[in-house]
Amino acid sequence: MSITVVYTIVTLAVIGATAAVILYFVAQKFKVVEDPRIDDVEGSLPGANCGGCGFAGCRAFAEACVKASDLGDLNCPVGGNDTMGQVATILGLEAVAKDPRVAFIRCNGTCDHRPKTSQFDGATTCAIASSVYSGESDCQFGCLGYGDCYDACEFDAIDLRAGMGVPLVLDDKCVACGACVDACPKDLIELRKRMPKDRKVVVACRNMDKGAVAKKACSVACIGCSKCFKECPFDAITMENNLAFIDSDKCKLCRKCVPVCPTNAIIELNFPPRKVKPEVEVETNS
Amino acid sequence: MLKTFKIGGVHPPENKLSKDRKIEVLSIPSAVFIPVAQHIGAPSTPVVKKGDKVKVGQVIAQSSSFVSTNIHSSVSGTVKKVDFSADSSGYPKQGIFIDVEGDEWMEDIDRSETLVKDISVDGAEIVKKIQECGIVGLGGATFPTHVKLVPPKGMKAEVLLINGVECEPYLTSDHRLMLEKADEILVGIQLLMKAMNVDKAVIGIENNKPDAIQLLSEKCKSVAGVSVVALKVQYPQGGEKQLINAVTGREVPSGALPIAVGAVVSNVGTAFAVYEAIQKNKPLFERVVTVTGKGVSKPSNFLVRVGTATSELVAAAGGLPENTGKIISGGPMMGRAISSLDIPVTKGTSGILLMKEEESKREEIIACIRCSRCVSVCPMGLEPYLLMTLGEKQIYDRAESERVMDCIECGSCSYTCPSNRPLLDYIRFGKGKVGQIIRSRKK
Repeated sequence: MSITVVYTIVTLAVIGATAAVILYFVAQKFKVVEDPRIDDVEGSLPGANCGGCGFAGCRAFAEACVKASDLGDLNCPVGGNDTMGQVATILGLEAVAKDPRVAFIRCNGTCDHRPKTSQFDGATTCAIASSVYSGESDCQFGCLGYGDCYDACEFDAIDLRAGMGVPLVLDDKCVACGACVDACPKDLIELRKRMPKDRKVVVACRNMDKGAVAKKACSVACIGCSKCFKECPFDAITMENNLAFIDSDKCKLCRKCVPVCPTNAIIELNFPPRKVKPEVEVETNS
Repeated sequence: MLKTFKIGGVHPPENKLSKDRKIEVLSIPSAVFIPVAQHIGAPSTPVVKKGDKVKVGQVIAQSSSFVSTNIHSSVSGTVKKVDFSADSSGYPKQGIFIDVEGDEWMEDIDRSETLVKDISVDGAEIVKKIQECGIVGLGGATFPTHVKLVPPKGMKAEVLLINGVECEPYLTSDHRLMLEKADEILVGIQLLMKAMNVDKAVIGIENNKPDAIQLLSEKCKSVAGVSVVALKVQYPQGGEKQLINAVTGREVPSGALPIAVGAVVSNVGTAFAVYEAIQKNKPLFERVVTVTGKGVSKPSNFLVRVGTATSELVAAAGGLPENTGKIISGGPMMGRAISSLDIPVTKGTSGILLMKEEESKREEIIACIRCSRCVSVCPMGLEPYLLMTLGEKQIYDRAESERVMDCIECGSCSYTCPSNRPLLDYIRFGKGKVGQIIRSRKK
């Protein structure tokens, strides 16, 4: 019996050794040389795999960073300038500071502003609803409210606001990955520059119809009157297709455009309440 | 045993409420809106401008490519504007607004009722005339007829199938047309046969129209090569591929056109339009539209000028019932719900269906129970439950390999689903996306 045991051990040992030698040479032959910095860069990224950088996940972004000669075109919107600073240190490159951004849904057509004129009873996704018809209100540009953006957001940054008809982006959670921008079939969501204290002055409308049509469909529609355009001292407002647009990179938050808007299509957010000018009493000698 | 197509199919309640109502000529409206895209293919280009005087039958939009047709004015009057207005999808589409003044027809249109049987016209001439007169498939798909009549190189048509099936519940416009214009339709069929150079034509009619079957069979005896086939009532028998299968037993291969099996399918309405175009020189600017619904006081079949607002038809049929929940342009299975009564009748409008509130609601959607009823009713042999999931999860490459492009959007799957799942919604969406991907690949 003992001889059998010996043979077995010897045979297995020989097979094992031979396989080890073969594997050693094969491993040498087919070795994949990978830059160790890729792992370092990936480690410094948030690991959200959201695709907000435009790459297929954090690893792909890390590979792109290592290959790149400068970081000007690359940005991790989730990590922001801190993360990009770390990436730059690892790679010995210069970090390019970028303005943080935040998503904003450019429609204020909630149920009380925009009366429903029809009812949709198909599959409740924005993509399908917009592929069959223009929407439940007379505004063909407005939010459908089925929440494709909500489904796309991996950061719980969108509040569906059930019953309101239009979702809301939660500024503190939004990382500007842009998933909602791609998901919105009406192209309502814009990544705007994040201002101090998340203050915003925005035209919350995408209606490109003529003024009368737009106003009839929604009480807070932009009617393209150009009053804000004339008022803006910083050339931040452009007019196109009966619609005003405030460029967040140029806007200085002076809020002069807000009171001139006849339909309240321009909204200001996160500002302290405006001081009401004390009315000067005119003394009359009577 | 009656013939029908081999796979799938459903039999919804027929509800042909207006089948005994004679076709009435609807009075001319005071204004019309004629969209320039009333057919599959490139939209036509408007050739009139604001202030122009037009006559009935005058070309107001010219075809812009081979797969496109001319659009003719359906009324006489002044062009108010060429502008955009919402179509049945609610999105604005270009069209021509005309204010009606009188009813002055183009001089070369023969308005008499006499039957012209002489078909000595040359085949190529017929095709040309069909193209000029803006004739499209009136079954609902509105594919330009002249394109069908010219087979691609290397293919030869053997048989002309005439679709008198009208498998959609409620609709009766084709049925009435067959009863009242049988002679004209037969002449139209002969003209189509001549244009295609075939010597055989078969009219397929479902067995729920025995009067039409009897009448046309009688008349066909004197016409060489034309016969009538009675078919078992089964939806969607009016689908091109289903009709070919039912009548000839042949199966159109996946992705191929009917001409691949030597068949060309035309609707009875199209045959009638062809008759009018060739023999009477009358372009396609009016059609028979069924206005129906369980709440409608007077379900009717109207001969309507293209561009007439839906509201006019509804008013003529006794007004909008109080508890209307949904207005559908077309039949209940394949029609589209419309969101406004201002939407005009186009060449493809076969019916206006007013559904009661309680009929129009979708039931609550619950989970798929894997009963595979959708698979057994799919007339194209697809797996709707799978295609729905693929559309929902946006797995378009797999949807393509599962042949989503073969779907004819008949809605049998959604109709039959015991869990009320919106199968067709997702499949149609996925089909649209896959179509986009295929087109971008070709570029």
